[in-house]
Amino acid sequence: MKENSSQNHSALPLGGERGEGLYFNPSYETLSRPEIEALQLERLQKTVRHCMNNEFYRKKFAELGITPDDIKTLADVRKLPFTTKQDLRDTYPFGMSCVPLRDCVRLHSSSGTTGNPTVILHTQKDLDEWANQVARNLWMVGLRPDDVFQNSSGYGMFTGGLGFQYGAEKLGMLTVPAAAGNSLRQIKFIKDFGTTAIHAIPSYLTRLYEVMQQEGVDPRRDTKLKVLAIGAEPHSEEQRKRIEEMMGVKAYNSFGMSEMCGPGVGFECPEQNGMHFWEDYYIVEIVNPETLEPVPDGEIGELVLTTLCREAMPLLRYRTRDLTRVLGRSCPCGRNHVRIDRMKGRSDDMIVLRGVNIFPIQIEKILMQFPEVGTNYLITLVTEDNNDQMIVEVELNEATDDYNAVQSLAKEIRHRLGDEILLKPIVRVVSKGSLPVSEGKAVRVVDKRKVYQ
Amino acid sequence: MIWNPNKECMSRDEMSALQGKRLHKIVEYVYHNVPFYRNKLQEMDIRPDDIQTIEDIKKLPFTTKKDLRDNYPYGLQAAPQSEIIRVHASSGTTGNPTIVGYTRKDIGVWSECMARCLTAYGVTREDTFSVAYGYGLFTGGLGAHYGVEHIGAACIPAGTGNTEKHLKLIRDLGITGLACTPSYALYLAETMDKLGIRKEDIKLRVGAFGAEPWTENMRQEIQERLGLKGYNIYGLSEVMGPSVSYECQMQHGSHICEDHFYPEIINPVTLESLPDGQTGELVFTTLTKEGMPVLRYRTRDLCSLLPGTCDCGRTAVRMSRIQGRSDDMLIIRGINVFPSQVESVVLSMPEFAPRYMLVVDRVNNLDTLQVQVEIRQEFFTGVFDTPAAIDQLEKKLAQKLKSVLSIAAKVQLKAPNTIERSQGKSAHVIDKRKL
Amino acid sequence: MTIHQLSIFIENRSGTLIKVLDALKTANIQIIASTIADTAEYGIYRLICSEPMRACEELKKAGVAVALSDVFALEIDDQPGRAADVIKTFSEAGISIAYLYSFLLRGKGILIFRTDNTELAVKIIEDNQLRSISEESLQGLA
Repeated sequence: MKENSSQNHSALPLGGERGEGLYFNPSYETLSRPEIEALQLERLQKTVRHCMNNEFYRKKFAELGITPDDIKTLADVRKLPFTTKQDLRDTYPFGMSCVPLRDCVRLHSSSGTTGNPTVILHTQKDLDEWANQVARNLWMVGLRPDDVFQNSSGYGMFTGGLGFQYGAEKLGMLTVPAAAGNSLRQIKFIKDFGTTAIHAIPSYLTRLYEVMQQEGVDPRRDTKLKVLAIGAEPHSEEQRKRIEEMMGVKAYNSFGMSEMCGPGVGFECPEQNGMHFWEDYYIVEIVNPETLEPVPDGEIGELVLTTLCREAMPLLRYRTRDLTRVLGRSCPCGRNHVRIDRMKGRSDDMIVLRGVNIFPIQIEKILMQFPEVGTNYLITLVTEDNNDQMIVEVELNEATDDYNAVQSLAKEIRHRLGDEILLKPIVRVVSKGSLPVSEGKAVRVVDKRKVYQ
Repeated sequence: MIWNPNKECMSRDEMSALQGKRLHKIVEYVYHNVPFYRNKLQEMDIRPDDIQTIEDIKKLPFTTKKDLRDNYPYGLQAAPQSEIIRVHASSGTTGNPTIVGYTRKDIGVWSECMARCLTAYGVTREDTFSVAYGYGLFTGGLGAHYGVEHIGAACIPAGTGNTEKHLKLIRDLGITGLACTPSYALYLAETMDKLGIRKEDIKLRVGAFGAEPWTENMRQEIQERLGLKGYNIYGLSEVMGPSVSYECQMQHGSHICEDHFYPEIINPVTLESLPDGQTGELVFTTLTKEGMPVLRYRTRDLCSLLPGTCDCGRTAVRMSRIQGRSDDMLIIRGINVFPSQVESVVLSMPEFAPRYMLVVDRVNNLDTLQVQVEIRQEFFTGVFDTPAAIDQLEKKLAQKLKSVLSIAAKVQLKAPNTIERSQGKSAHVIDKRKL
Repeated sequence: MTIHQLSIFIENRSGTLIKVLDALKTANIQIIASTIADTAEYGIYRLICSEPMRACEELKKAGVAVALSDVFALEIDDQPGRAADVIKTFSEAGISIAYLYSFLLRGKGILIFRTDNTELAVKIIEDNQLRSISEESLQGLA
């Protein structure tokens, strides 16, 4: 093992190892299981010690009566406290940080103005490691510096934009920050720049194909595409197959979440049999969301991740709320990093729509700011023309014949919701009593998309 | 504070020598790598060895936006594709955008220039800096972003929109620096008033404002309402992006990174060079760019180079505020818009008569663009008996406009023969903003 | 079974409506019924008139964006509930009404409307023996 345990963890692949043959970081990607586990233990111990720079974790450790010295084997990870999104909110803005703010060079934040957003900090080394993970993934599916990578993902606070930008640049590809939307221009660029790879959320690719058809563009005939990277929203195997058939190229699943860094955490190899989660960067656990006990490989449970290389904001046993399972720990591609199935659902009520995470409570809070509407509302998620849409219906308090007023109310609600959840739903203001009244716990969300199965 | 005193405070003689050396190198580079320039230089009977000092720049041909368009997409690129790691695009005068490719070294130079700029504003690694320019193909977002990270300040990639959340972060995170268009800064101030956030509640102290023309009055208002000091930043994607020039603490003109971008002022009609102090069209030659170098690129921006030296200690030449344009380009929310782009879209849709009008206004400190078009009588058929059908037609045009202009335009459908026909350059534009 | 309706695009500016009405007046066209569907920026002026073909030509000559649409015209008794009965018939057949307006003519109620399925609507009218009335009859010619 080349890892030296000096003060910084930067003995990692950076610089030295960059793309040889099939692997971007050969000596890390092809570690044997015992080697992976030895490396994980070493990094876990270092991470736990590093967490003691943070008051939140110091308190948690004190409560549990443990110290960093109690972590002697990898199995001891179960002694560690869980971390939840609520913890991140409660310690907003900088309470989870383990380094002085002056050492941080980047901040990402989740959506939402109601309640505290979550804040994720990065040092320069965190960014370098993040870019390395993304570059590793893209190299894994055959991309090289001669490729042209079009990143059709949202930029700014959403990590899909900057995450893939830095990773693709690190690999050395020509990277087009096309950002999301504007399909006509996307298609023009794909043709004119000879784009060979696109990263986008799956629903956007189907939309893109639709516009291609309208414009008489055949992706097989008129483009140089060879790889698609899809992620950031749940989708079924059927949906992936359909995208591959439409575009005539392979589409690889990507997993990421801003709490870990962003995209890059896990990615499919050419075998397309689960996503390799990079165990030199994370400890992966699957637990029963009720009992929080580990479940055996192959059984579905909640994905829990511990960061092993983060400086600014390491997280111990972070509960992702994503439901999935372990598929295996070896692979014909030569990588023994754990293979994780596509996401099967959520253990909370979070909605993922077009790559954006939304909690129904965010919508409720906005609706309740309008005195004109009542408390009964319904969120419906549908797929129309291959486009995922959210429809928000809310009842009017009093009857009215002022059609224009109702229209402008709907428009204002739509605008405010757009500010809150970052995408604009279809808003229907309906008359009182026209939404179903449920007995017991109100059904607020009807998901008619077929995303989880 | 000065980020790179070696370069920013060079003596005039040293700078001229460095510029001359770099000019020779760049001419040699484009001669061998860009057929467009080789042909031009050969036509003018110039060989790279004819260019030895910076004074020799006057022998070189100009480059225009049209040249970039005619050679779309990669015609002016000098580096091989495998060396290019980024492209940005800005609006072209018609359908084709202007494409600029950057090598890894170019991105490094850009971050360096951005670091000079931020340091001149007094930003350090202790700062928390929010970038509220658009991210993506527009150079504003990523350009400022890499610079902020380069100096080691904490970068918040806020992007545009979602103003309330942005303000919450500004307040809760104690954000100290802000980069955005000046009109967006005023919009932020407006939203603060609406939400009852006072300037005492926030810690902003430095603003990097640019990407659109602004006035001294706007600066005063922004400074007063946000409680920060606002500095000008200038740049264009054809040359690099933001940080081609920047104000220092003196706020008397913007220092040009002239070791990388050599400025000239010319008479836009006769193309003759003008002396310092006189207003004319700004022309840039990139001295170190690998991806897409340009020789004597005509920016169409009208300004002057300020004579004399600056009290801040930097010797780099300063340019005045932009005083206008030598073409009909509009800057709307920081995005360049040409009336000819709108024309190309309108002409591509048979539903509309070949007449149009751009109405630009500023509402609540945000620029708005309305495009008026006339519905063509032959195309108004029985299906248009509901507002929904007409809305759909408007939407179709709006989508096409968005795709070409990169900003949203509100479409207003007019009855046949109601848009005034007039002649001359501004015939298609009504700009109600007072700049 | 359908009749002609003029659909006219007018901007929400003063003077646009009178331009249309003046043109009809000059051409000696009689308006039988009309309604405006308005939005913030423009309206669709829908009207039933004498000689719709000629009216359309005259308006085009006057530079107006005008088109002919096919709409249904049904006669109903001037009593409470008759409109509901008729529309229910369509609703039960799964036909949506795009728009509707009504007026009184010679003591009878007249419903003018367009549906999203003309073919099926014709069948419903025939099957239920609803009283469709002709253009000539509306114009008082039959």
